[in-house]
Amino acid sequence: MKWWHWALVVCLVVAAVLSPFASPWPDGLERVAERLGFAARAEGPAAVSAPMPDYVFPGITSEGLATAIAGLIGALLVFALLYGLGKALARSDESA
Amino acid sequence: MHIPDGFLDLQTSVAAGAIAAGAVGYASYALRRRVDPEKIPVMGVAGAFVFAAQMINFPVAGGTSGHLLGAALAAILLGPWAAVLVMTAVLVIQCFVFQDGGALALGANVLNMGLMGVLLGYATYASVGKVSRRVRVRYVASFLAAWVAVMAGAFLCCWELIISGTAAPQVVLPAMLGVHALIGVGEGVITVAALALVSRSRPDIWPALEPAEVAQQK
Repeated sequence: MKWWHWALVVCLVVAAVLSPFASPWPDGLERVAERLGFAARAEGPAAVSAPMPDYVFPGITSEGLATAIAGLIGALLVFALLYGLGKALARSDESA
Repeated sequence: MHIPDGFLDLQTSVAAGAIAAGAVGYASYALRRRVDPEKIPVMGVAGAFVFAAQMINFPVAGGTSGHLLGAALAAILLGPWAAVLVMTAVLVIQCFVFQDGGALALGANVLNMGLMGVLLGYATYASVGKVSRRVRVRYVASFLAAWVAVMAGAFLCCWELIISGTAAPQVVLPAMLGVHALIGVGEGVITVAALALVSRSRPDIWPALEPAEVAQQK
């Protein structure tokens, strides 16, 4: 296995194993929005409906497992997107 | 600090989107000429790490949490333009797959966390790093870069909220910068820890010292 294989595995483990233990408290912006009273502006239907809102894989009763699977899928999607983009940029170099 | 839809007005969203699109276009153009095939999987791994780490909220103060931004880390490891693409990829997946950050606010989020965080983080790292090429100095530079990147993103986020008429400057600026000053410390710690891991397993990626420098530092 190459270095990046191991590194990717580490990332997937972080995404799947640690994500269910994340702090459920609101983040900095959410907290400020609550305190200053503009949090409600974010309510209402989303402009684009996403398949896994709030990092929850649908149809799984265990919240931890649903988050772990969502994290795994997300990390793989980001890797695949960047890998594809990198390859495309490298190819555009050859044809130039 | 992912902005959801509803916080920004249309003009601000469109303007931020145009700047973000220009930046991502320029980053692609800048890399097109010299993308090292060896660095392609490293870009992918950096993105996967930033995504994973952004899921792990850590508690800061008073019922508030924060998570790694990763903009400075990506910029230190890959250079600013590759880092812009890494952060954009993370934000795009978060937005369209997980509804984290609004679709209309995506441009603003790319501008704050992708562009501003990366460029100011990188500038901090580069200028502090000029003091000395010693690895210890580079760790200090990285910690400061991480903190600056978070503060820069939060600062720009504030102004987007202010311009949109969502919040008043005298309340939103101290509130956002205060909490992000704390989150930035967490950012610095995680950034330094991640760099320490890279330096142990792939010192050619970071700190990328010449063999003579390695001998000199021992």
